[in-house]
Amino acid sequence: MAQIFAYIVHKEGTPDDTAVELREAAKKIDSNADVTAIVFGSGVDAVCNQLTESYKEVWKIDNAGLAYPNAEVIRRALVSILPPDCIFLAPHDTFGMDLCPGLSIKLDSPQISDVVDIEGSEGNTLKVVRQEFSGMASTHVNCDISNGAVINIRPGSFQGEGVKGAGGQVVDKTGDAGDISESSRRYLEVVVAEVGDVDITKSEILVSVGRGIEDQDNLEIIHELAEAMGGDVSCSRPIVDAKWLEKSRQVGTSGQTVKPKVYLALGISGSFQHMGGIKGSPFIAAVNKNPKAPIFQLADVGVVADILEFVPELTEKIGESK
Amino acid sequence: MEILVCVKRVPDSSENEIEVNKDGSDIERDDLVYSVNEWDNYAVEEAIQIRDNVGGSVTVVTVGDDESEEVLRREMAMGADSGVLLSDDAFEGSDGKGVATILKAAVEKGKYDLIMTGAQADDGAAQVGGMLASMLDLPYASLVNKIEVIDDKKIKVGREIEGGNQEMSEIDLPCVLSIQTGINEPRYVGIRGIRKVASVEIPTYGSSDLGLAADAVGAAGAKVKRLDYFVPEMGEGAEMLEGSNEEIMEKLIELLKAKGGIK
Repeated sequence: MAQIFAYIVHKEGTPDDTAVELREAAKKIDSNADVTAIVFGSGVDAVCNQLTESYKEVWKIDNAGLAYPNAEVIRRALVSILPPDCIFLAPHDTFGMDLCPGLSIKLDSPQISDVVDIEGSEGNTLKVVRQEFSGMASTHVNCDISNGAVINIRPGSFQGEGVKGAGGQVVDKTGDAGDISESSRRYLEVVVAEVGDVDITKSEILVSVGRGIEDQDNLEIIHELAEAMGGDVSCSRPIVDAKWLEKSRQVGTSGQTVKPKVYLALGISGSFQHMGGIKGSPFIAAVNKNPKAPIFQLADVGVVADILEFVPELTEKIGESK
Repeated sequence: MEILVCVKRVPDSSENEIEVNKDGSDIERDDLVYSVNEWDNYAVEEAIQIRDNVGGSVTVVTVGDDESEEVLRREMAMGADSGVLLSDDAFEGSDGKGVATILKAAVEKGKYDLIMTGAQADDGAAQVGGMLASMLDLPYASLVNKIEVIDDKKIKVGREIEGGNQEMSEIDLPCVLSIQTGINEPRYVGIRGIRKVASVEIPTYGSSDLGLAADAVGAAGAKVKRLDYFVPEMGEGAEMLEGSNEEIMEKLIELLKAKGGIK
């Protein structure tokens, strides 16, 4: 079996949750494998030491020039240090999406992205599960791993203990990483998202609207319902893309992470990027006219209805019930 | 600036309920409404705006069958200057790398300063742009939600990262970018616009025109193979409220109140 590596995302001296999830995913590829974690950054000893608990070996590439992760630079370094035909795991997040497709070309390995489950391997074939059509259909995918593979794992999909007591050691690979100065793509800065008039991360009740609202003029009925419930209005990505509501009201991995008590999802299909922004297990109620919408798999209670008809009536009934 | 935008014809997910067919070999495609992939449409709009600001041309290209021509015409009606269709039976069954290989050959037939793709399409793989960039040895940025042309050698791009934050970088031309939705507001395309470009000739290139080896693309070259489609069982799912509208609303209000959802 090929050697397995895991790319560790970290922040403020702590490995991301995906560090455990990638170890869990590696177990499903080969339960006996010794997995190597790879950490890029500047001053990453604390991160590396925490990882020795679950990884047999931790490769450290530590350089002031890596203070902010630039996928173009890190890809080049990985090509220098990874052995041929290895299996490379990374999260399917905004960094992994930047890094991995090109890495697979440079390593001459196939890439499978956004993997939600791994069924196992037989010989040189690895069988995994992915989703297509915004989660409305799943697929089994076979990958020929005779020349290794680059595999992006969906954050949150591989829950488990990972591995404990691995007693791993940290190996400094900085010297083997080659030139890590930035070249054709130069990082400038991160522009932090603006805070809007309502801070939805603090809301206890969120009335969240998606594509099912169809038209900007219809948003009025959502505001009225939110008012009747004493909650705030949030939304999914298409509403912000259409500029109907400000970015600060978007729930999801590319928007805000919210922790309400109650989340009412109206005309929202429930993509994993959207659901990834909801934490703290709120009570989720969903109204959607498509009975197959993924949101119904994730909600506590569901209603199949057209929100344009359902919402005004609900607002009225809530008013009467008070 | 000479700009190439790679687009794909996909089932329009806002118009369709996707269902898996009986034997799980495919989704039910009979009544599907197809359109241009949403991310690609934002990319074409961005390309048109850049061209209108600094001059140059916009070419749209797709890997597909004869029906894919309709999305090229749609994007030309939007304002793209020309379209190229890459079509061959040998392309059937290509994985992401196969599609990138076909596009690479098409890129090399022209001379482009900027190559764009949508950040992802219907299969959610988000991989073709990054693969194409590495095959061409060009710099790449994914999930781009802002482009500012500095001069004819470099541009400034914003990438959408976690938490709605934006990572700004400077990137040398030529380069490959994958475009995130929301970067602009794509213009409306009316039936009249599409009629105007109905007779514009769209060249079609096959495997031999592109000089592609038979085992590099299509099912023969694919190391990643989809086996089936299925509907996953994910836990218990929601308790679905049924009955008359009246009953549903009463039950829902009761539940919302019990959980602290009505103040």
